[in-house]
Amino acid sequence: MSALRARKEKRASTLYLRHPAALRLTHWFNVIVLSVMLGSGLQIFNAHPALYWGKTSTFDRPFIELTYDYNADNQPIGVTRIGSLEFNTTGLFGYSSERGRGFPTWLTLPSYQSLASGRRWHFFFAWAFVLNGLAFFIWALARGHLRRDLLPTLADFKKLPHTIVEHALFRFPKGEEARRYNVIQKLTYLFVLFVLGPVIVLTGVTMSPTLNAAYPFLLDIFGGRQSARTIHFLCAFGFVLFFFVHVALVIVSGLFNNLRSMITGYYRIETGGER
Amino acid sequence: MSEQEKPSRRKFLKGAALAAGGAALSGCGDAASRNKAVQKTLASADAVNNPLQHFLAGKNGLAREFSEKDISPVFRANGSVNPRDAEYRGHALEGFENWRVTVDGLVDNALDLSLADLRAFPSRTQITRHDCVEGWSCIGKWKGARLSAILDAARPKREAKFAVFHCADTLGSSRYYESVSLPDARHEQTILAYEMNDAPLDIPHGAPVRLRVERMLGYKHAKYVTRVELASSLETFGRGKGGYWEDRGYAWYAGI
Repeated sequence: MSALRARKEKRASTLYLRHPAALRLTHWFNVIVLSVMLGSGLQIFNAHPALYWGKTSTFDRPFIELTYDYNADNQPIGVTRIGSLEFNTTGLFGYSSERGRGFPTWLTLPSYQSLASGRRWHFFFAWAFVLNGLAFFIWALARGHLRRDLLPTLADFKKLPHTIVEHALFRFPKGEEARRYNVIQKLTYLFVLFVLGPVIVLTGVTMSPTLNAAYPFLLDIFGGRQSARTIHFLCAFGFVLFFFVHVALVIVSGLFNNLRSMITGYYRIETGGER
Repeated sequence: MSEQEKPSRRKFLKGAALAAGGAALSGCGDAASRNKAVQKTLASADAVNNPLQHFLAGKNGLAREFSEKDISPVFRANGSVNPRDAEYRGHALEGFENWRVTVDGLVDNALDLSLADLRAFPSRTQITRHDCVEGWSCIGKWKGARLSAILDAARPKREAKFAVFHCADTLGSSRYYESVSLPDARHEQTILAYEMNDAPLDIPHGAPVRLRVERMLGYKHAKYVTRVELASSLETFGRGKGGYWEDRGYAWYAGI
């Protein structure tokens, strides 16, 4: 009886091509590129592990700082400062591997201190990031991926509160409903594609003194070079946050099905009914 | 006892597995970072970035200039901040009154300039932002002789492609030096500065003469300049990469 039922359930589902090759390719390439960009970016950050708002560095009052200090026993401790808040982050931020260090060795590329090397990685893979992003945008526009799969519909927005509640309860769409990205997914992907991506590139460009001469308005948009550096860092943090939420949801909403759809392209949905 | 050991052992094994995974990844990144062929490939991006940035900025595009109120109250100094070279110390004791800047190499009219001579050249005053390769920025006011006017007087030969700046300070075990292309040397904002914030340049910031080449990162702005040599190639200087920090891995174009 239960075997029959299982067979029926198996029959009552269908595989469909959810992620075309171009999307899968740019997705996995981006995983590699962003890993290198993050590791080399944190390496570069470590050369001066503090962030500021405005045109210049106000050394005595940074916005964020990963530094070190000595405690009452004269032992070095890692200190993370965000505005006027102060945290002891010994071993992680500010002090690790027995020395003052913004981010620890296991987060930077290379693991040892080398600004020159970090910069080479960063400025090479920045091109890979931009070109991969452009390839994706061209494909997504040409093949209707943006309009068809990512642009939320009016109906989507009406369902937004419901979708939020469902997500909070770890209940994910099933059947035909699962054929499309849900509205939270759509909005998140659009935010990453149209805000985080472009802003991290533009703030990166804004840090170039030569390109400041070419496009001085970028300095005005982001409120100065040091603000641009801070926003660049916050966007990177946004990508990291997205990564963790993304991977968590991939796991809880069906790891195998999700992974298959991003590797082979095919996603299984239940078609329901007795047929 | 074994009960107590269990969680810590599990924790240890988990930690070890994580560390091994992390080490394998970062070991891979470190090996690639030490590999000459990989680094050469990565540095090949400079061959695109340099001409592209210069094309976009244009030959005459200006670095932003700021107002007096933007001047940083504390302007950090990096690299050499108090050269210990005997010759430099001697000049410092004399208040730099016998400092000379020679302009030679591939020129028709070599120059040997005193500070008074430098001050006699057309000058430029500019309030600009200084961007250190480390990531910080400070704004300062600079006054100096326009390098284009000095070059006009020295008359570079046709084959001269670079201006190489020799400095009086030893950093680590090598003399500091820098170089820029002739178009960058002739840029309107490129000056041999002798004043900072309306006062004679102080020692941490390059007394008595430093280069300001505003569209580039801080390490290009050679301090304690004694000689400007016009050259057709950078290969014979230092380790051949065009500057002290370039010899140690930074990009020559220094545009980002």
